[in-house]
Amino acid sequence: MRIPDILRHRLRSLFSRNSVDRELDEELQYHLEREIEDYTAAGMSPADAARLARQSVCGLAQTRERCRDARRLNPIDNLGKDLAFALRQLRKNPGFTSTAIFVLALGMCASLTIFAFADAALIKPLPYRDPARLVALYETDTMFPRCNLSYPDYLDWKQRNRTLRSLDVFQQNAFVLTTAAGAEPVRGARVSAGFFRTLGVAPALGRDFHPGEDSPQAPPVALLSDTAWRQRYGARRDVVGRTAILDGSPYIIIGVLPREFHFALVGRPDFWTAMQPVRHCDLNRQCHSIYGVARLADGVTPLAALSNLDSIAADLEKAFPESNRGRGVAAAPLAEAIIGDIHPMLMVLLGGAGMLLLIAAVNVAGLVLLRSQNRRREIAVRTALGASSGRLLSQFVTEALALAAGGGILGLALSAWTIQLLRKLLPVGFSMRLPFLDGLSVNGHVSLAAAVIAALAAAILALPPCLGIGSTDLRSSLAEGGRGSAGTVWRRLGSNLVVVELAIAMVLLAGAGLLGKSLYRLMRVDLGIQPDRLVTLEVVAPQTVYSTVPKVLALTRQIEGDLENLPGVKSVGVASGVPITSNGNTTWFHIPGRPWHGEHFDAPERDVSPNYFATLGARLLRGRNFDRHDNQSAPPVAIANRTFARTYFPNEDAVGKQIVEHTGSGVTIPIVGVVDDIREGPLDEAIPPVLYFPRDQRADLDFMLVARAAGGEGSLLPAMAAAIRKVDPGIVTREGMTMLDRIQDSQSAYMHRSLALLVAGFAAVALLLSVVGLYGVVAYSVNQRNREIGIRTALGASRRSIYRMILSEAGRLIGFGSIAGVGASIAAAGLMRGLLFGVRSWDVPTLAAVAALLAVVALMASLIPARRAASVDPVESLRGE
Amino acid sequence: MSKPTDLVQGTLDLLILKVIALEPMHGWAIAQRIRQMSGEVLQVGQSALYPSLHKLEQNGWIRSEWAVSENNRRAKYYKLTRAGRQALEREASQWERLSGAISMIVRTA
Repeated sequence: MRIPDILRHRLRSLFSRNSVDRELDEELQYHLEREIEDYTAAGMSPADAARLARQSVCGLAQTRERCRDARRLNPIDNLGKDLAFALRQLRKNPGFTSTAIFVLALGMCASLTIFAFADAALIKPLPYRDPARLVALYETDTMFPRCNLSYPDYLDWKQRNRTLRSLDVFQQNAFVLTTAAGAEPVRGARVSAGFFRTLGVAPALGRDFHPGEDSPQAPPVALLSDTAWRQRYGARRDVVGRTAILDGSPYIIIGVLPREFHFALVGRPDFWTAMQPVRHCDLNRQCHSIYGVARLADGVTPLAALSNLDSIAADLEKAFPESNRGRGVAAAPLAEAIIGDIHPMLMVLLGGAGMLLLIAAVNVAGLVLLRSQNRRREIAVRTALGASSGRLLSQFVTEALALAAGGGILGLALSAWTIQLLRKLLPVGFSMRLPFLDGLSVNGHVSLAAAVIAALAAAILALPPCLGIGSTDLRSSLAEGGRGSAGTVWRRLGSNLVVVELAIAMVLLAGAGLLGKSLYRLMRVDLGIQPDRLVTLEVVAPQTVYSTVPKVLALTRQIEGDLENLPGVKSVGVASGVPITSNGNTTWFHIPGRPWHGEHFDAPERDVSPNYFATLGARLLRGRNFDRHDNQSAPPVAIANRTFARTYFPNEDAVGKQIVEHTGSGVTIPIVGVVDDIREGPLDEAIPPVLYFPRDQRADLDFMLVARAAGGEGSLLPAMAAAIRKVDPGIVTREGMTMLDRIQDSQSAYMHRSLALLVAGFAAVALLLSVVGLYGVVAYSVNQRNREIGIRTALGASRRSIYRMILSEAGRLIGFGSIAGVGASIAAAGLMRGLLFGVRSWDVPTLAAVAALLAVVALMASLIPARRAASVDPVESLRGE
Repeated sequence: MSKPTDLVQGTLDLLILKVIALEPMHGWAIAQRIRQMSGEVLQVGQSALYPSLHKLEQNGWIRSEWAVSENNRRAKYYKLTRAGRQALEREASQWERLSGAISMIVRTA
């Protein structure tokens, strides 16, 4: 009864203010009239009565104000007035306002951006039913803690377990899709029939796999991803029932998966097929190629399920010792399996960003304090004129809120931009592995986080002036500008904080510098080839057509010839692998005539065409190149790289020496040439000894093409792909890239670039924050020493000496910060030594440049208050106080 | 003669509640009634009366409505709510205690 009454009144007071005010006037008017009547009745003339009544009813306006107070109207009014006043104050001081808002926005931007990533990766649940009950299953062996299952093991696990509601398997699989235009590689996955039921995902269109559709007798069926449905089939609903030719076999399309579905463990397949165990590997207990996902039965803990499966694995080990010896079971929550390794990184980033934000807020609080110091007199005057401390407090809170809101809105906008930027920077491979980052955007969660952070920032900003009010002695403030104990505390705390900030900025700057230098070195590392105007392309020919070595060689020869005739192509080479991809595919060998005790040496091998080295622009150091005569009927030969020659034949000529491969029939292979080192593997890895063999002697169906263009190489790729399709439409080409792109997009380049950018971003924010902090502390101290400076000047101190005084104070802070920063930088750089390339962790030029940059920027920031100090007018400052 | 502003804080509220507990009244009448009932000792001016009325209304202890007054004009009448009646009892007994205690001290001293 009472509460609704109160509420009604308050709301009415707030929202029908005019009518409430009118009623109030009428009420008071009535009173006045009755008063006049009273006097008239007592025998006065109407004029006298009115005058007397008005006198007795003194201060009608004040009464009205007090009635409005009683109706709690004033707090609302005051809020509006405070807000207007705060905005006016902030507008009057644009330097302070923009710095404060910008610094806050930067801090918030960093935090919100990282938070958006964390939100997308960690907070949003996986798009499956009850994902907490899902586990990923692996086999273990003595070398690998998590490896694939074999299909027969899967069947046994599935049959014998009593702890899983369902168990299914999946496998990433690249298909060749036959289209009207020819053949095209597509991403795919093979899964057992119950896979989507185990996840609790139903197709958005059509139907799921029926149980048993993964048996070899069932007609092959496939589900489409939402993306494939939209991009390949124009989102047509009648796609269900159509046929897609995958790897030459027809699959009936039975449905389309929901748009939000993703399953990162197989990348993002376009086609999901029911896994029919028909491949060689599927039937072999020794061949491990699939992973398991299971839904725990109700009430079963993961541990209980694991021990159940362990006992099954032990039984299998006894039954099939030759294939299952030492094989156990490992399980992990599915969420961990999918998101796993990004978790700690995000937590570290979140922590770092939070720290930046805190520093930003404290710095701005320092600026606010500095300003409230300047406004002490204004505050004192307002107090003297009757402003209650509550009113002053609410004034400060309003100002803090306005600043925080400004910073928050700008920060949110900045982070939306940063997130877009980061999404563009993510390489394709990365987004394949992390499809949940698709949901990355400034959503409700992020906005909420922004509001919470802004509120916290407002609290931090409002704190110093609020504390300051308590200690304000009105008289002394009016008299001399006041120096409370809070000031000394802030000066000490602020100075220490600034030293820490400068040191952090130094560490981050040094990190960014070293990483940037690494990137520079990495991009200019000697590749052993001339990478400009080179394009590379992978060719996959159907095994059914090109089944013999002569056929493969004939195909290769024809493609080579056709491409060389293309306009704009200077030369074409063929190889089993191109530079900057991998040091993998090794061959084991030993050197005849040397003591050998069964140990094996291994070296990466590449099978290349005679034109290959010339096309790459590699340098042949000694001996001869391969030629067309090095074919199946000629004796085998090899070319070694320089590292190979130096490692195995130091101080000798490698040409003419022989090796014996362990794979072949023990034939000795002479080394006929030595080529200068080519960077076959990652840019930042040491070059291993490499052996090159003539491709004509060991043809393989899949090969890479390298072509050197006469002019612009970008337009060459489509022409090359078209020329190859003309040879045989059944041939698939992929990985078409210029060599420069390959270098740019390589894992090591990406790692260095993104790390350097990330650290540089953090460093820039940290530098800015520390500079603002330094400015705040120095300016505060100048303010506090205004009187002292005035006296010094009056006693004849020159402007220069005042400058020196202030700058030396700032210089001390900068010095401490830099020294601490250099030490910390060297330590931190030591920790990230593994990430550096061609740069030592104590790279003196980088550290010196960073320290100089920090010192210059910091000194420039302290010049502003120093100049103000030097221009203090002694008369003004002494009289003013 | 005591001026209204000298009234102990909150006492005016008690007086108002007590006066309108008998019947709904408008502001002027409340002031008159307090004067009469106190034997012309307490004169409540409008500067104290109306803020107090508005505060009591905000508290939900009294409610107001416009009605035609004894001189045939529109006036705002205040009447006690149930919460107001409870508040009156509470305030009155507290006042009894307080004034009793004070007069005990004043008398013995």
